[in-house]
Amino acid sequence: MKSNGTTPHVPPRAHRALTGWGRTAPSACDVTEVRSGEELDAVVSGALRSKRSVVARGLGRSYGDAAQCAGGVVIDITGLDSVLDADLETGVVRVGAGMSIDALMRAFVPRGWFVPVTPGTRHVTVGGAIAADIHGKNHHRDGSFCSYVTRLSLATPSGRVEVSPEHDPELFWATAGGMGLTGIVVDATVQMLRVETATMRVDTERARNLDDCLTRMIERDGEYRYSVAWIDCLARGPKMGRAVLTRADHARLEDLPPARRADALRFDPVVRAQVPVTPPSGLLNPMTVAAFNELWFRKAPRSRAGQLQTMATYFHPLDGIGSWNRMYGARGFVQYQFVVPFGAEDALRDVLTRLSQGRMASFVTVLKRFGPADPGPLSFPVAGWTLAFDLPVGPLSTGPLLDALDETVAGAGGRVYLAKDSRLRPELLETMYPRLAEWRATRDRVDPTGLFVSDLSRRLGLVSTPRPRRASRPARGRTKPEAQEKATS
Amino acid sequence: MNDAMGMPQTAVVVGGTSDIARAVLRTLVARRLRRIVLVGRDELGLAAAAKELQALGTVEVDTITFDVTDTDQLPAVVRDSSTRLGQVDLVLVAAGVLGDQARDESDPEAVARVLATNFTGTAAVMTAFATVLRRQGHGRMVVLSSVAGVRVRRANYVYGASKAGLDGFALGMAEALRGSGAALMIVRPGWVATRMTEGLDPAPFATTPEAVAADVVAGMERSTPVVWSPRPLRFVFAVLRLLPAALWRRLPG
Repeated sequence: MKSNGTTPHVPPRAHRALTGWGRTAPSACDVTEVRSGEELDAVVSGALRSKRSVVARGLGRSYGDAAQCAGGVVIDITGLDSVLDADLETGVVRVGAGMSIDALMRAFVPRGWFVPVTPGTRHVTVGGAIAADIHGKNHHRDGSFCSYVTRLSLATPSGRVEVSPEHDPELFWATAGGMGLTGIVVDATVQMLRVETATMRVDTERARNLDDCLTRMIERDGEYRYSVAWIDCLARGPKMGRAVLTRADHARLEDLPPARRADALRFDPVVRAQVPVTPPSGLLNPMTVAAFNELWFRKAPRSRAGQLQTMATYFHPLDGIGSWNRMYGARGFVQYQFVVPFGAEDALRDVLTRLSQGRMASFVTVLKRFGPADPGPLSFPVAGWTLAFDLPVGPLSTGPLLDALDETVAGAGGRVYLAKDSRLRPELLETMYPRLAEWRATRDRVDPTGLFVSDLSRRLGLVSTPRPRRASRPARGRTKPEAQEKATS
Repeated sequence: MNDAMGMPQTAVVVGGTSDIARAVLRTLVARRLRRIVLVGRDELGLAAAAKELQALGTVEVDTITFDVTDTDQLPAVVRDSSTRLGQVDLVLVAAGVLGDQARDESDPEAVARVLATNFTGTAAVMTAFATVLRRQGHGRMVVLSSVAGVRVRRANYVYGASKAGLDGFALGMAEALRGSGAALMIVRPGWVATRMTEGLDPAPFATTPEAVAADVVAGMERSTPVVWSPRPLRFVFAVLRLLPAALWRRLPG
């Protein structure tokens, strides 16, 4: 098929089963790769005409089902990966939504500009970063990604709109953390962060237990731009929550040894190893993880200041291992991340106690402090403690344990992170996200017919989709509780 | 939608009064299951099953009276149940009759009836729902087979052959569904104490609907392609399958 001036080229589709990074709950969709904003617009309007559901997908690093749409159309936006505009004086860049944090860093770190926020992997797109309003190790100080987005172009059912915190702030902030359900980000303008080097100056210290860790974080996190604690999730008793704290700032030029100053902004991370095949589920179990944790804790210095590390080593250690998600075996894994407000430390302690008592073998357990929330009604971060861990699917205790943790988290006024969710009980969504109704109102304004749908939105009932029409023929027999009757209209 | 643990939010059950199906549903309602369509022949039995499920929590249950051998009605039943559910996360195929071996083996019509219910009718139902799952791009079908079909015995060859046919059909369909987003799981229970087996002598490894349900739900969580219940039967039948006919014939029961 050839494109001409009037009718945009409509890219081909491939029917494929997709999963998130956790490799659970596959669903089949028609995947369309777009290479330009015009192609994207054409696919969106085509889907609108043929009444098909649509969601955008970037690099597929959401752990659950956020970037798939069973039976619908998935628009792969990784082809929108160009730098459209860059001001190297001010660090304001306009890039395609498919550009990854990795590509952004490779393009701009050598020129002295770092991304304002990076998650634990560089392999997320800017579009995905906005849809999940991602956070990094600097949230306590700098907030989340969308605070640095000054403008974005959004493909909606009624066409392309330009939104910013000043122009239609309602839609802008509904899109920040809106999980791709308010439209598809085509390109965005991002304020980058000035750095002198591509090196981090890292302070490491060990904490004896959870209380020690929290105290150390409260007392001295403010001195660092970046802070994170790795937690030994299997340590029990007086050692429960023992941790290795790594806090860092960007190294200044004078922090580097003179020999390295000439090439201070060099950034060329490599993948060191690859998980070549999927090992049997169960390789990561309480025994292997406990052994690893012991080693990791002991390997860390009790206290070391001013160590120089590359950006990749400090921010993205797991990116050094290709396809690390295979480690959990064919059944896949779930990642659970929640935040509870400051003052709800008991809930945090409770979760960690149940994790360690239940011998839940999480390979990576990470604790961090969040600073104030941004205005996004569905944006995950709120001021408080956030804990993330992953668990393999398979052990039958995992599901009920996580269900119990949901209750604790919701009860403490906390919430789980939708970009990582793959199993939340839908009934708790509104408790965790009290501004859901406000978000839905904005979403219904831009997408009244419910074009944008994902497996996540269906599973959690995120969007107020009209209930399926009843069969025209009267039912032959029907019993229904009263309470449900209202919800069906 | 099925979640990461394979737990469905909606289900249609063909053979909605089956004791095993009811036990499975009770377990799933405690997890994520909120909307159910029960399909079956026995209108009163379906109503009782629906009532039991509603007593367990906020769950919406519809019933449809239907005989799996009634192929003419099948498209309407499939359309009806999928419309009511929106997304069909789970299709639990549990329709089946035991028949009366002693009488059936000299009654051609009875043989045809057992086979039509357990095999051909059920296979038609599976085919219709497989189309739904394929179109949706997700969902799981769980088919209740039986160890009786693994190696058919003289003592219940009518029932056994019907389950052998069903089991083979389901294995083939599971392969055909690969890559479609949908999946199919086969369940091979041993002797289960249910209404179906009431008054019969239990066979070795006899079990209960609740125990089978626990194995089924565990299989769903782990995406197991074939669930044996109880589990040791898998190894028992690995041996029995290969037993010389002269020995096989002498086995009790």
